[in-house]
Amino acid sequence: MTENAVPNINAPGFDVPAEMQGQVAVTNMDRLLKLLDPAYNWGRRSSIWPMMFGLACCAIEMICTAASRYDLARFGMEVMRPSPRQSDMMIVSGTVTKKMIPQIVRLYNQMPEPKYVIAMGACASGGGPFKEGYNVVSGVDKYIPVDVYVPGCPPTPQALLHGLMKLQEKIDGQSITREHWYDSDVKAVAIPVPVLGPDIIDPRDYKAIQQAAKA
Amino acid sequence: MTEMTAERKLSALEERFPGAVSPDTRPGYGGFKVEPAKLVEVVTALRDELGYDYLSSVTAVDYLEAGVIEVVYHFYKSTGGRALVLCAQTPRDNAVLPSVTPVYPGADFQEREAWDLYGVKFEGHTDLRRILMWEGFGGHPMRKDWKEAYYEEDFKPFESRWPEGAVRRSEDLNPYGANVVYPKDMTNPEKVTEEADKLLYAKLDEEAAKIGKNLATDFVTVNMGPQHPSTHGVFRMAVVMDGETIVALKPVMGYLHRNHEKIGERNTWLHNMPFTDRLDYLSSMSNNWGYALAVEKLMGNRVSVPERAEYVRVIMAELTRVSNHLWAIGFLLNDLGAFFTPSLYAIEERELILDIFEATTGSRMMCNYFRFGGVARDFPEDAWNKLKMLVNERLPRMVDELDVYLSNNEIVGARTTGVGVLSPDEAIAYSMAGPVLRASGVPYDVRRADPYGIYEEFDFDVAVRYHGDCYDRYIIRMDEIRESLKILQQAVKRIPAGSVLDKNPYNVRVPAGESYGRVEGPKGELGYYIVSDGKANPQRYHVRAPSFVNLTALEKMCVGQKIADVVVILGSIDIVLGEVDR
Repeated sequence: MTENAVPNINAPGFDVPAEMQGQVAVTNMDRLLKLLDPAYNWGRRSSIWPMMFGLACCAIEMICTAASRYDLARFGMEVMRPSPRQSDMMIVSGTVTKKMIPQIVRLYNQMPEPKYVIAMGACASGGGPFKEGYNVVSGVDKYIPVDVYVPGCPPTPQALLHGLMKLQEKIDGQSITREHWYDSDVKAVAIPVPVLGPDIIDPRDYKAIQQAAKA
Repeated sequence: MTEMTAERKLSALEERFPGAVSPDTRPGYGGFKVEPAKLVEVVTALRDELGYDYLSSVTAVDYLEAGVIEVVYHFYKSTGGRALVLCAQTPRDNAVLPSVTPVYPGADFQEREAWDLYGVKFEGHTDLRRILMWEGFGGHPMRKDWKEAYYEEDFKPFESRWPEGAVRRSEDLNPYGANVVYPKDMTNPEKVTEEADKLLYAKLDEEAAKIGKNLATDFVTVNMGPQHPSTHGVFRMAVVMDGETIVALKPVMGYLHRNHEKIGERNTWLHNMPFTDRLDYLSSMSNNWGYALAVEKLMGNRVSVPERAEYVRVIMAELTRVSNHLWAIGFLLNDLGAFFTPSLYAIEERELILDIFEATTGSRMMCNYFRFGGVARDFPEDAWNKLKMLVNERLPRMVDELDVYLSNNEIVGARTTGVGVLSPDEAIAYSMAGPVLRASGVPYDVRRADPYGIYEEFDFDVAVRYHGDCYDRYIIRMDEIRESLKILQQAVKRIPAGSVLDKNPYNVRVPAGESYGRVEGPKGELGYYIVSDGKANPQRYHVRAPSFVNLTALEKMCVGQKIADVVVILGSIDIVLGEVDR
């Protein structure tokens, strides 16, 4: 050890000079992140910007949730963004149809990470009353990952608020060290956009469909 | 249901077109059969000589056993009165009929829908593209022998939903794609489609070329939607612009097409009631009423509605109208740029009405409240007291308040006066309905023109305005709220005691026949065309949705206006996508 070397202050047992005691906290990276995560997550959970995007009946209840009586602003979520580039959360509020799913997937792909999806209501969660319909996708989770499912047809504003609070709980449990979008070499994987053929074609199922068509 | 009113007059037509027009003799049917070759001639005479100038509904019915597809037309006079029903038949395997759009432009979208869902080719239609499904979709889904990918059974209740302990999912029973015919030489998924937009843009270019350029620049084609904050849902408008001026516009819909009619034909009669809630999801009570009315008409004297129930129906429908118009006004202002503040005022009052719905029916929006022969349950006492306070005190004050803030506002005036004008003749020709029709100076309200329920007993005026622009379409909603409150005040005072439900018919038997029940919904004439073959499920269940038909004139209203006005014009029509796409 030469004289000019910087002392390793992270090493256990490092002797803090007397004049600096009480001025610096000595910690290691793990302990620092433990302090950082709650503060960082508190900031994120308190300013989730939803995408201004309504599909069907549930959108009306979503608007009511944003209005004065239920007041989404209490949770820092009143800033509805019409552009996916500026939003953190997509509330899939209504029936997802085959004609609409390409656009929904494209919007999802355009949202920057971290991004969350709430499936609001029976239709978005699993097709709901229209499940058997020829133009209805039975649940948006067939295509994009969903974080919180809110049951109801349509869910009351209270139910949606409960779902949003569940999402906040989920955010609270996340850590900078573990989530993939904080990695140094993060690779954004876009979900393949479904194609409208004789019926909807998921590019991920394409080979199986091709074989079935040939058989 | 038989509507034999026009028989005497039509005998003149029978003489003029011997062999082409004949009464429909099937039991339960009250219309007239027309030879397809003479159809256009007959409807022209109908409009010009007999005064049936309003074509309300065009729809197709698939009679699989007879091997024919029948297209049914419902005509009305814009001065009021009963329907005149015509039907024309065409073989299933080569379904071709002449288009009536040259005579009644309002048939445009409805014929396109019949082409899309039934595969009836309308000769003479200038723009016969698919409207709800995408171009390239396999088959015409409303045909009785068409099966979707997850097909289970023809009629509900499905066996997989019987409570036998185990849940079976239709996806597993019927693997994905089993009923879909994919082309054998499928190569690349990207190349499968893209047909729809090509046809759409070709049509737009054709329309734009008719008008020609004013500026020395190229036309710009802009797509608004399906994800756009001002389109009131998943609605798309493809617009060609010369500078900022619209030269052509085509609405593109179907992004919320959730197969009401196909599902409705599998459901039992009562099953359909909760589905009607989800048509125009802002006014579920009116939707319920239209369907109940159509089925009750067909059931004839097997069902009767108690007097108290008639009053409850009127109260609920008018409350719905008030809440819907509040919403429409709030969001029209939103479209004008007054972001969310007027809506907040409107939503606050709407919530009070929803509280009454919730206390009475159990749900805020999807009320599922009407039954064949009455309504499901009576008002609880506290909701009743709240209702009296609302209709006598709070809501009248609130309308005046909104009026003071908005009606004379300079910006509202500048943005809406003279914008999107529709003349009375055009409004009738395009089959417009509801506030849009009345704002153009046609005093046509189904509650007065063809009364249903007990509306004849109430004292109210049909609101009418004469300029046909966006401002009149805004102010007429204010007028209508006032008239609705007038009805509500009378109804609350006069409502008799008694039961609200005839019996409790779970699974009704509906005799064979056809019926068209229509109500004046908040958006306009909402009609249900149903055909029964005497079984537990409807043979045909069609919804004549006012939002859908009102969009026919959107292009007419928008061409020549600026791009920013399109949003206002759309807001002033007040569409709900659940009803447009069904």
